[in-house]
Amino acid sequence: MNQTPLLSPRFGLRMNAVGILSGLIVLFWILVAFVGPSFAPHAPGDIVDFDFFGPISSELWLGSDYLGRDIFSRILLGTRYTVGISFAAVCIACFSGVVLGMTAAVIGGWFDMVLSRVLDALNSIPSKLFGLVMVAAIGSSIPVLIVLLAVIYTPGSYRFARALAVNCNTLDFISVARARGEKTIYLISQEILPNITGPVLADFGLRFVFIVLLLSGLSFLGLGVQPPNADWGSLVKENIGGLAFAAPAVIAPCVAIASLTISVNLLIDNLPVKIRDRA
Amino acid sequence: MTKPLAEIQDLYVEARTDSGRKVEIIKGVSFTIQEGEIVALIGESGSGKTTIALTLMGYTRSGCSIAKGKVLLGGEDLVAMSERDRQKLRGTDVAYVPQSAAAAFNPSYRLIDQVVEVVGIHKLMSKNEARLKAIELFRALALPDPEHIGDRYPHQVSGGQLQRLAAAMALIGDPQLVIFDEPTTALDVTTQIEVLRAFKSVMRKRKMAGVYVSHDLAVVAQIADRIIVLKGGEIQEEGSTQRILDSAQHPYTQELLAAFQPAPFVPPQLVETEVSIRRPVLEVTGIYAGYGPLQADGLPLKTVLRNVSCKLERGRNLGVIGESGSGKSTLARVIGGLLPAVRGHVQLNGRELDPRVSGRSKEELRRMQIVFQLADTALNPARSVADILGRPLAFYHGQKGAEQEARVNELLDMVRLPRALRHRMPNELSGGQKQRVNFARALAAKPDIILCDEITSALDTVVAAAIIDLLKDLQQELGLSYVFISHDLATVQSICDEVMVVQHGETVELLTNDQLPDGARHPYSKLLFSSVPKLDTGWLDSLPAHPGNPDR
Repeated sequence: MNQTPLLSPRFGLRMNAVGILSGLIVLFWILVAFVGPSFAPHAPGDIVDFDFFGPISSELWLGSDYLGRDIFSRILLGTRYTVGISFAAVCIACFSGVVLGMTAAVIGGWFDMVLSRVLDALNSIPSKLFGLVMVAAIGSSIPVLIVLLAVIYTPGSYRFARALAVNCNTLDFISVARARGEKTIYLISQEILPNITGPVLADFGLRFVFIVLLLSGLSFLGLGVQPPNADWGSLVKENIGGLAFAAPAVIAPCVAIASLTISVNLLIDNLPVKIRDRA
Repeated sequence: MTKPLAEIQDLYVEARTDSGRKVEIIKGVSFTIQEGEIVALIGESGSGKTTIALTLMGYTRSGCSIAKGKVLLGGEDLVAMSERDRQKLRGTDVAYVPQSAAAAFNPSYRLIDQVVEVVGIHKLMSKNEARLKAIELFRALALPDPEHIGDRYPHQVSGGQLQRLAAAMALIGDPQLVIFDEPTTALDVTTQIEVLRAFKSVMRKRKMAGVYVSHDLAVVAQIADRIIVLKGGEIQEEGSTQRILDSAQHPYTQELLAAFQPAPFVPPQLVETEVSIRRPVLEVTGIYAGYGPLQADGLPLKTVLRNVSCKLERGRNLGVIGESGSGKSTLARVIGGLLPAVRGHVQLNGRELDPRVSGRSKEELRRMQIVFQLADTALNPARSVADILGRPLAFYHGQKGAEQEARVNELLDMVRLPRALRHRMPNELSGGQKQRVNFARALAAKPDIILCDEITSALDTVVAAAIIDLLKDLQQELGLSYVFISHDLATVQSICDEVMVVQHGETVELLTNDQLPDGARHPYSKLLFSSVPKLDTGWLDSLPAHPGNPDR
């Protein structure tokens, strides 16, 4: 309540300091994902240091990894995989989850029942285990990872959207639209969706974080992004041996993962508030 | 002169808007409450009546604050007091009975535990003593089975009982001042009588002072000693109940009184020549409908409507009246195709309609529109007024762009709303404005019949009267027929040619307008009609005790 308005109400929006800061960090990582590798001081595969787990120096900004490669360049490259794969997966998961959830809520009956049970069954499989089995069976490639992560996170998104849509569905304006003779597509896209966008966006952000963590986890186990490419998770895995030497090579990717996930979380908790002034 | 129990001196309350601007909502209000006196605060929604009543507890809703003035209770200033000291007074010196008891009780605790909670907080007496006292209060408030009703959960008692239990919760700490915030607004007329009677006798017996917040003058006339009329956060008029009723000075009070006596019913003058053909535009025969799976007898588990039939002629209005749970709204849903009937027929212009919306043609759907009670939920909060009105135009008439825009403006003119409102969102409109938009949406389809489901129930008297006038005018202009569902006899009487009384999902009686209210023969219709409060201070006391209430 007492947060001071920092963003000027020019756009009729207001955002607090935490929101702006986390928004900037997220924006930074998105930017890095697009243009980061072209700024990399070294090629990510080059062995530039004769020592392994080298310290921070003016030459190697974040030290070197277990083969003496520049970790800073490798993080810049890894951003693309971590952010890109996670974003693609979360888009697919949330789109299918939300559409199916709203449809189930509007149609109800058998459609809802069957769809809900099927997705519940999928939801009941432990996500990491499911990922392990699928990657072991099909093999790991970037498209497989995206689809896999999307499939794992669709049921949750479905549940969430359905719960919201069911509440919305009982309101009178839906009855009015039904009595008017509107079809399901109109009901979900024009009547329900605008009323659940806020929570759905929040869920989108949260799910993105989960996917980043799961992807990093899979990569850490060696099942995610495969060498010579590396996402942040695989960077942690590769350099885990440096933990005993407090090598920056293992800390830096961890910090990257933490900064992205925490910022996304903070950002969705502090989304801009629309100013409504009636009088 | 004796010292007043409570006194409000030159009170100013201000609220902060989202953008940080300050708005004065109470502008210099002063009045006093004597011991044992019941003062009514009356006014339309937004007049500040609840805000003032809450300041008597030293409380303002979040975002509001007392800017200036004093609130004296027993000589102490609540405004200057610390929050901790105020909390000591709440429940023991001043107590509050909320508008919706259903929302005020926690559904997962037993009633008695919630009623005696105040006593525990202030450590007034032992738990056993408190229970005995609660039971005594239940008896005084004429609750059935006072020894055991407290062991139930909130959903296990009726709305009227719950409201009395909320009063018991307020009274258990023996407060000197009780604030009633529209405690009977959500109740049926027949229940309202019992609750009012219970309140009145308890207050009288215990010589407690009260503040009664309401927008219903007739209810206030029964219970209050003095009336304060508010509008826009200022006192318009103050005086004894009798004086306000007999000789109101202020124009606003006169308007309130006038709204209470609705314009006499005038049968609509039809200009069209086809009047001679008395063909029912809507005919409903032998409807059975309800909720839940079908049973062996072919009826749903919970059958709400049994063998209901009615007929509506072109340009005429049919009223459906009954208390909540009587199935009158279900009838609207059945006619509208939202709840398919298990038996029976709905005919529109002599053509049989499919029981489901999905089986009806667009043209059939267009001819019949529903307007729901709560404009708050009937308008999509995420869409602007122009979108809301534009959709039926595009859907039924294929109008787009400038054509649609022109028609939206026309509709706004029809329901007497400024055209500038088209860009507003529903939550930026007042209750009356929302209801007009809600109605304009039905008009957009150019229907023959409009099913009005309690469309004035949630509105203030003055606003409701304006809506009824609007309905009448539009009927003249557009040749509409209304099915008017309501629990309020006065509104139905002022607009309907024929009234169907419904109880427990069955038609009790069918009355023509000139038979209202004295021509009723069925005991239930009589009870329903006699329960409508009258603008007469002696009305409640003159009524015979409710036959269904053995305690009295």
